[in-house]
Amino acid sequence: MEENTKQPGLFEKGGKLGFLHSTVDAFDTFLRVPGTVTTKGAHVRDSIDLKRVMILVVIALVPAALFGMWNVGYQHNLATGAQTGFWGTFFFGFWKVLPLFVVSYLVGLFIEFAFAQMHGEEVNEGYLVSGFLIPLIVPVDTPLWTLTLAVAFAVIFGKEVFGGTGMNFLNPALLTRAFLFFSYPSVMSGSETWIALKKGEALLDGATGATPLSLTTEGMDGLVNSGAQYATDMWSLFAGTIPGSVGETSVIAILLGAIILLWTGVASWKIMLSSVIGALCVGWIGTAAGVTDVPAYVQLLLGGFAFGTVFMATDPVTSAQTELGKWIYGFLVGALCITVRLFNPGYAEGMMLAILLMNTFAPLIDYCVTSSAISRRAKKAKVA
Amino acid sequence: MSNNIDLKRGLDIPISGAAAQVTSKTIVPDVVALKPTDFHGLVPRLLVREGDKVLAGSPVMSDKQSPDVLFTSPVSGTVEQIVRGDKRKLLEVRIKADETTSYLDFGVKNPQNMSEDEVKAHILSSGLWPAIIQRPYGIIANPQIQPKAIFISAFSTAPLAADNEYTLAGEFANVQTGVNALAKLSKGGVHVCLNAKTVSSSPFHKIENAVLHTVSGKHPAGNVGVQISHIAPIQKGDTVWTVSLLFVAAIGRLFNQGKVDLTRKIAVVGPKAINPSYVEAVPGIAIKDLAGFYDNSANDLRFVSGDVLTGTSVGQNGFTGFFDDTVTLLHEGTEREILGWAKPFRFNQFSSTRSYFSWLTPSKKYDMDTNVHGGPRAFVVSDVYGKVLPMDIFPVYLIKACLAGNIDDMEKFGIYEVLPEDLALCEFVDPSKNDIQDIISKGIDKMLKEMA
Repeated sequence: MEENTKQPGLFEKGGKLGFLHSTVDAFDTFLRVPGTVTTKGAHVRDSIDLKRVMILVVIALVPAALFGMWNVGYQHNLATGAQTGFWGTFFFGFWKVLPLFVVSYLVGLFIEFAFAQMHGEEVNEGYLVSGFLIPLIVPVDTPLWTLTLAVAFAVIFGKEVFGGTGMNFLNPALLTRAFLFFSYPSVMSGSETWIALKKGEALLDGATGATPLSLTTEGMDGLVNSGAQYATDMWSLFAGTIPGSVGETSVIAILLGAIILLWTGVASWKIMLSSVIGALCVGWIGTAAGVTDVPAYVQLLLGGFAFGTVFMATDPVTSAQTELGKWIYGFLVGALCITVRLFNPGYAEGMMLAILLMNTFAPLIDYCVTSSAISRRAKKAKVA
Repeated sequence: MSNNIDLKRGLDIPISGAAAQVTSKTIVPDVVALKPTDFHGLVPRLLVREGDKVLAGSPVMSDKQSPDVLFTSPVSGTVEQIVRGDKRKLLEVRIKADETTSYLDFGVKNPQNMSEDEVKAHILSSGLWPAIIQRPYGIIANPQIQPKAIFISAFSTAPLAADNEYTLAGEFANVQTGVNALAKLSKGGVHVCLNAKTVSSSPFHKIENAVLHTVSGKHPAGNVGVQISHIAPIQKGDTVWTVSLLFVAAIGRLFNQGKVDLTRKIAVVGPKAINPSYVEAVPGIAIKDLAGFYDNSANDLRFVSGDVLTGTSVGQNGFTGFFDDTVTLLHEGTEREILGWAKPFRFNQFSSTRSYFSWLTPSKKYDMDTNVHGGPRAFVVSDVYGKVLPMDIFPVYLIKACLAGNIDDMEKFGIYEVLPEDLALCEFVDPSKNDIQDIISKGIDKMLKEMA
C-alpha cells in the first residue's frame, strides 16, 4: 500500500478553501466529464447523465425563447406605433428579456450552490432548466426585485427544503410564477402587463394589452371583434404573434421543442397527449353545455396551455411516476386548466394552477396506481 | 413447447469483444482459490489447515448455520494459504494444484432409483449443494425445506456471456441426469427455460422430466429471476430454488461418473481481451493464468470475473469466482473527457436513449470502459428503468423502499422476486448514476436480518 502523504488540494475536502468544494466541482465537471470509475455493480454505464437530459430540455426551449424575444419587440411596436426592422424588433425584446434570465440564473444558482455546499453534495443541474423556464413564463416587465424574491422563494421553499432536485413535489418555475401572482397581483394583471414599454411610453389610443385568452371570456365574439391592434385569427394564435408571457405565445415554437423532447425521450408523450385529450374533453363539454362558444381546439392555442403541457406538466420529478399515473395526471392537468378558464373569468389562465394542483396530487395518483397493481397481482397469485 | 414467454422490454448492451467459439487453451491450474465471498450471506467454517492434502471433492469449508452444506476442492493438491481480511474474515482458501487431478470417488449412481433424502445427501457431500440458490434473497438453498419448484435458465443473455450451447455441447447426458436428480428435490418439479431463438437446433429441447418453457427477448430474458416472475411469481412465504445449467451438468457428472469434476469452458471476453475466446479451466483459477489474453503494461485494466453487469472486479492477482464462466477485461476509464455531455456527437459512446446519436448505428459495438459518465444524483427521470425490466414491479419504488429500509414497502414492491442482477440494466441506464444493485443487495440483507 502506498502511504497517503498527499496534501489535499486547495479546493478538495480538508483543503484551505475546501468549503468551496461543491462550487469548484460543479464548474470542473461542467467542463470535463469526471474521471470516476464504477466501484459497485455494473462495471460499464450508459453515457447519458442528468447534465445531458437537462441540456436537451434547454435546447428544446430555445425556439420558444427566441421567438418570444422577437415577439416582445413586435407587440411593443404594434401597441406604441414604433417602427423597427426585424433585428431591431428582436433586440428590443432581447434586451428586455435578458435581465430576467440573468436574475433568474444568478439568484437560483446562488441558492443551489449554497445549499449544495452546506450539504457537501455535488450541485444538481436541475436548475439549468428551471432558470430558463422562469423568464419565459413571467410578464416581460416584471420588476427584477420581485422576480428575485419569487425565485428565492421558489428555490428555497419549493425545492431545497425537500432536499433539492429530485425530491421536490412542486415545479419550481411554476412556483415562481404563482408567488408573483399571489404576492404581487399588480405585476401580473392590468392592461399593460403583457406588453413591454420603455420608460415614458404609453399605449396608442385603442391599443389593448389584453391577451386573446382574456378576450375569450366574452366568447368567440370577444376574440374576433376585439378591435385589438394585433391579429386574432387562428393562424396568429398558432404562430404566436399575440401578447402573453415571453415563451408561451407561439405554438409552432413550442411544438418544435416538443418534437425534440419526445424524440429524445426526455419528456413523456403520455402526459402531453393525455393533457391535450383532457383539455379537448372539457372544452367540448363546455361548448356542448353552452357555457362558452369557444371551440375546444381554440383552447389549445390560447394562453399557456401548450407551453405548460409540453414543458411544465412533463417535469419528471413533479409529475406522476407510474405509466398509468401519467395518463391520469396529464388528463386532469388539461381538464382542470380548461375548467378554470370556463368558470373563472376573473383570471382566465388556468394552466399554472392546474399543474401545481396536479403536482400536489401526483403522489396520490401514483399511490393508487401502485396499490391497485399490487392487489391485482396478489389476487392473481391466489387464483393460480 | 408448452408456452413461449415473449419479453418486449430489455436491452442488449453492444459491447465489443465477444468470444469466438473456439477453445484456445486448456489451463492447467497452478493455484486455485475457493472464495466464501462468492456465496451471499455465507458464514464459513474452515475444515482444513495450511499444508493439508486434498482431493478434488474433499471438503474444505462448511456452512456454519447449516453444517451439512460442504464446500469442496475443485482440484487435488495442498492447501497453500488461508487468506483472511479484517476481523479475521475468511476471504480465500488457496490450494496448490497437483499436476494431474485425482478425484475423490463418490460412486456412480442413478438418481431415479434414489429417494429424495439420498439424492440430497449425495449432492451435499459432494460440495455441489452451494450451487443451488434459494429465492428470495439469493442465498444457498436450505436443505431442510422443500422448494415450491426448481428453475433452470438454459441460456444467458448477459453482455458477452458464455454460450451454453457451445460450453455444454456434448454434455446433454449429464444435464439430463442433473435434471433427474433435481426433480427429486421438489414436488413442484423442474422448470427449464430455453432460448426461443435457438430452441429447435439446441439439444436441450429434448430434456425430459421437466417442464420446458421458451423465452424470447433482449437481456434480461435469460435471467432466471425474470423467467420465474413470468411463470410463477414468488409471493411472501414461497421458496424456489435455481441452478445454473453449468452446475446442472456438474451435478449430472457427479451421478454419472462418481466424481466432482468442475471443469468448464470459460469465455474470456471484453474490449481489452486479445483474441477473445474460450479456455478450459476449473473455477477459482488465477487471473494470471490467462496471461496471453491481456496486456496490462499500462496498469489500466479491470479484471471482472463474470459478466460486465454483475461480475466482480477481482484484480490482476485475483481468482475467478465459483459460479462464473465468463471473464471480462475492461479499460479503467479514468480519463476526463472535455465537454463530454455537451458535445452533440459522441461517436464512441453508447447510450440506450436517443439523447446521443448511437441509435443511428444499431449494429455498432463499443469499446466500453468503466467510466461512470456523470456524478451521482437523486432519481429524476422516471420511465427509463421500466423499459429495461420485463417484470411486473415498480423498480424505482422498490429501490426507494430499500434506501429507506422500509420492510413493508420492500415486500409490497417485490423484494422477494428480485436479486441485484435482475436490476443490473436499470443501473446501467440510470442517468442519475445510482448503484442500484448495491441498494437492492443492502435491502435484501436487511430483509434477511429482520426475517431471521
